[in-house]
Amino acid sequence: MSAPTIVSLPDPSTARIPKMNFLTRENGLLSWLLTGDHKRIATLYLISITFFFFIGGALAGLIRLELLTPQSDLMAADTYNKVFSMHGLIMVFLFLVPSVPATIGNFVIPMMVGAKDLALPKINLLSWYLYILAGGMMLYTMATGGVDTGWTFTTPLSTHYLNTNVVSAGLAVFVAGFSSIFTGLNFVVTIHKMRCPGMTWFRLPLFIWSNYAASILMILGTPVLAITLVLVVLERTVHIGVFDPAYGGDPLLFQHLFWFYSHPAVYIMILPGMGVISEVISTFSRKRVFGYTAVAFSSVAIAVFAFFVWAHHMFIMGISNYAALVFSLLTMMVAVPSAIKIFNWSFTLYKGSITFETPMLYAIGFMGLFTIGGMTGVFLGSTGTDIHLTETYFVVAHFHFVMVGGMLMAFLSGIHFWWPKWTGRMYPEKISQLAALVTFIGFNLTFFPQFILGTLGMPRRYAAYPPEFQVLNVFSTAGATVLGVGYLLPILYLTWSLKYGAIAGNNPWQATGLEWQTQSPPLTENFVEIPIMDHEAYDYEWLEQQQRKEVASVG
Amino acid sequence: MSDSTAIANGALAEEHHEHPPYQRHHFQSVDQQFDATNFAMWLFLLTEIMFFGGLFMSYLLMRNWYYQAFVEGSHQLSIFWGTANTAVLIASSFTMAMGVWSAETRRKGSLLLFLSLTLMFGLIFLGIKGIEWHEKWEKHHVPGIHQYSEQAFLNPASDPEVYKEYHDRPLSPAMASKTEEYFFLYFAMTGMHALHMVVGVGILVFMIFRAKAGAFTSGHFTFVENFGLYWHFVDIIWIYLFALLYLISRH
Amino acid sequence: MDHISPVLWQFLDKWLTHFSLFPPEASKIAPESDALYFFMVLVSLVGLTIVVLLVVAFSILYNKKRHPRAVQIEGSTLLEATWTIIPLGLFLIMFVWGALLYFRIYTPPANAMNIYVVGKQWMWKIEHPGGQHEINMLHVPTGQAIQLTIISQDVFHSFSIPAFRVKREAIPGRYTTVWFEATTPGTYRLFCTQYCGTNHSQMIGDVIVMTPEDFKKWLESSTSGNSLAQDGERLFASLSCNACHNAQPDARGPSLVGVYDAQLTLATGETVTADDAYLRQAILDPAQHITQGYTPIMPTYQGQISEDGVIALVEYIKNLHTDYRLQETLNTTELPPNNEKKAPAPGQQPAAQKEVKP
Repeated sequence: MSAPTIVSLPDPSTARIPKMNFLTRENGLLSWLLTGDHKRIATLYLISITFFFFIGGALAGLIRLELLTPQSDLMAADTYNKVFSMHGLIMVFLFLVPSVPATIGNFVIPMMVGAKDLALPKINLLSWYLYILAGGMMLYTMATGGVDTGWTFTTPLSTHYLNTNVVSAGLAVFVAGFSSIFTGLNFVVTIHKMRCPGMTWFRLPLFIWSNYAASILMILGTPVLAITLVLVVLERTVHIGVFDPAYGGDPLLFQHLFWFYSHPAVYIMILPGMGVISEVISTFSRKRVFGYTAVAFSSVAIAVFAFFVWAHHMFIMGISNYAALVFSLLTMMVAVPSAIKIFNWSFTLYKGSITFETPMLYAIGFMGLFTIGGMTGVFLGSTGTDIHLTETYFVVAHFHFVMVGGMLMAFLSGIHFWWPKWTGRMYPEKISQLAALVTFIGFNLTFFPQFILGTLGMPRRYAAYPPEFQVLNVFSTAGATVLGVGYLLPILYLTWSLKYGAIAGNNPWQATGLEWQTQSPPLTENFVEIPIMDHEAYDYEWLEQQQRKEVASVG
Repeated sequence: MSDSTAIANGALAEEHHEHPPYQRHHFQSVDQQFDATNFAMWLFLLTEIMFFGGLFMSYLLMRNWYYQAFVEGSHQLSIFWGTANTAVLIASSFTMAMGVWSAETRRKGSLLLFLSLTLMFGLIFLGIKGIEWHEKWEKHHVPGIHQYSEQAFLNPASDPEVYKEYHDRPLSPAMASKTEEYFFLYFAMTGMHALHMVVGVGILVFMIFRAKAGAFTSGHFTFVENFGLYWHFVDIIWIYLFALLYLISRH
Repeated sequence: MDHISPVLWQFLDKWLTHFSLFPPEASKIAPESDALYFFMVLVSLVGLTIVVLLVVAFSILYNKKRHPRAVQIEGSTLLEATWTIIPLGLFLIMFVWGALLYFRIYTPPANAMNIYVVGKQWMWKIEHPGGQHEINMLHVPTGQAIQLTIISQDVFHSFSIPAFRVKREAIPGRYTTVWFEATTPGTYRLFCTQYCGTNHSQMIGDVIVMTPEDFKKWLESSTSGNSLAQDGERLFASLSCNACHNAQPDARGPSLVGVYDAQLTLATGETVTADDAYLRQAILDPAQHITQGYTPIMPTYQGQISEDGVIALVEYIKNLHTDYRLQETLNTTELPPNNEKKAPAPGQQPAAQKEVKP
């Protein structure tokens, strides 16, 4: 007996991909490289970040392989240091930060607000070119010896004590930062100025609210990282700067400037994922998200509080006890909106009509793993326990839970959810559910032992470690292998589905949302006529009425 | 008119909905286009404020710690040239505003004049900056790369021009070494500002060519207006730099 | 047993007998740190269980087969308030509890015995006041509050003793402190936990906790001869500090007798406590630290003296309760005659110097 499903596909014998769509409108390499169409740019981004994800993932594999044994026997310590640094840099700046916004966001946001494109299509294309430039510079950095500062560029190590490619890595991140800034800027302008008639703020899907909040963070936070990296590069090249104590500078100034961006950065990374979860949970429970207003405002609250907690990365670095107090208090406050969201999503399931297609599986996985990740963040936000747990594998486990268990799962959820809209075809359900399960199991096996390792005291960024830590490291590496399989599968079956997947039709998930009222794949201009929004978000009753009207008119 | 003609006309009107040629197709109206791009420029300027903010933060900290070094370092800057540059930039902001007005009121000749004046002022500013920097180079006050010399601070009398004006007291060696931090920030801040000026100058050149072709005086002056915002912003940054770098001990 | 391979058996044995979820509690603060940690684990488990139960229960009760028609519910202000206030309340408890713990760990008691730690790539140098020097090892007695004064010679490092639940960054350019009181004799791991370059993972060592009697014996057997204060005295003379800081009435520099922990009024008017950090700064960056009534002529010793040297000088000054030893150094070094009242440039030897007696 097959599981219940809400999928509703057109009759396979007569179904056709619409002849005129954004993919077929123009042909040729230049039509792609000079496009202004947000959907094409999103596609370019999807291919690029997948490429970098696999490089970052390969580096992760190397890390876990080395850590199978206590000694530094797979590679020299210097090489290991480069491997984890490049892993962090690529995963943070070339994968996580652009992941949902630049791919799904670019693709879906104009349609969700009822517009024909983003406000600034040329800037959008520029964003992608900057991303490619940054990626190229990062590859150059790797090819010419790598960088071993860690993704955090801590001074004075990075300014005066290393001979590696700090400058090219720093400049690569600088360029990637501007790619991010322009994406965020585009989103904010679009959401403010291009909503269709009738689309009030509170009729917007929650995906828009989350991406709006993330975009504010991108616009206000990323420039600070940019100038900080400029100062690091200057100090390295000119040999005088504001971070060197020997000249009267202050290494702690770098820490403050760096974390002023890098803390909001983690919310830049997670908020768009939370937006995906809102859409998916709603669709697969057939219900409006519980507490829409609370979820919308909690996104904005996270964005506001995000700017005031940066020094919780510096509790043991000699900031005054009183400063630590203030930042710890604010950190506790920033944790609350995320908790609110988790509960609201849970209660969206209440009295819903739930099915468990792949996007929903990833979303449910997100909820469990993000809860663990978020709670362990509170362990670190409380100053007393932070002393014991900071700079150990506890931190590594915490951020991988929120970023990989949270964000990456949300990304995969979103990719599967919008895949039919994007390509016009469905992915194969059974194998994708299997992949979701494999990912979930592999993830837990990889990262849960790391909490214990951290509590036991194993420091981060260690190429070699004392033998008492080996058992847990072996579990972690075993899990990483499983996880790797879980991530490879989607590449294979999603590519397969491009040719052999079932034709999806306009709205295979019977979702609300303006993007589902258009053809799949959409026209270049999205809508022939700008729609008029005359109903609330997640209005399943409106959807039913629409479907009845359609049946009536066709019949 | 027969029905088919009406239908055909209707269809044609739908394909090329009545809108000016410069309205991009994803916008519903010229107003929306102007509104959106204007808002975008304000947001971009907000990012620029955050960008310079990091430099200002570092400056605040270092000046607080090494006040005497910053005072005597600032005495090495020429108030004359600094004031001249400030006047030049304020004048250029005025001419830029006049340029925007010219575009709004469709006065092509006027627009060309004011854009050219703005460009001229911008180049004068960069020229004066060059003179000042060259002077710093000659006096070995460029930190890190050109045999930085603390002589003028350890023994102010050795620099008669500056000494005549300020009668500075000699700094202790520890404090004198901090003047290098002052100059690092001086070059970083004025350098970053100059970079923004260069970009502005480049766009001005582009705009002059386009203005000549009448691009901005047929009702679509968004580009000029938005660039005007950028130019005013660069001017404001300079005013802060002037006050913070040149006028430390003048109050 | 025959069919289990010896390798696997070793693995299992280690796993079963040595497995623990947290390090040994070997300091007074460790159980308190663990108490908060376990409270957080409990709250997390409860929270996770609630979320999982909700999701699982709703997924079963309301899956499409059982509940084909969804009921649209806008929300519930009461529920929103509940799941805002309860988590906030729990987090605030963790905040307060954690803050109290944090203040305890980073506020050393007055009677703490001070040990200096200098981190450098890639080793820890530990210096006991009695002159015992250790590399990557720290011997401490039980039952005595120990304060570590930590600094780095190059990049950021971080001094971590998981068994004591303490950790503190070693920062170039400033002292940081942390304290603990060890409770159980034994050997515990010591790690550098801030990535510091190539051999970051080699920067590990042992903390050896001994009973007070054993510790005393160890101190006596491992001294290299001079205490830190005595090393400092040597430096004080050889760097010609005593040319200005000689406690004479017409001295060019303030007397340092009894200055440690005293309140000083600076030339800028502010009052500071002359603690370790102040003394270090005054040696390396004197321009900022001129005592009121004196002119800013002290040269900086930045670059002339290592962090170990600074520590020795600080120890010397800490122990300067009378000017007897100070006068002794003046007797054993000769200054240029009075009419050439110039302090020799740093590093330059004064005119004549006799043997300094230990």
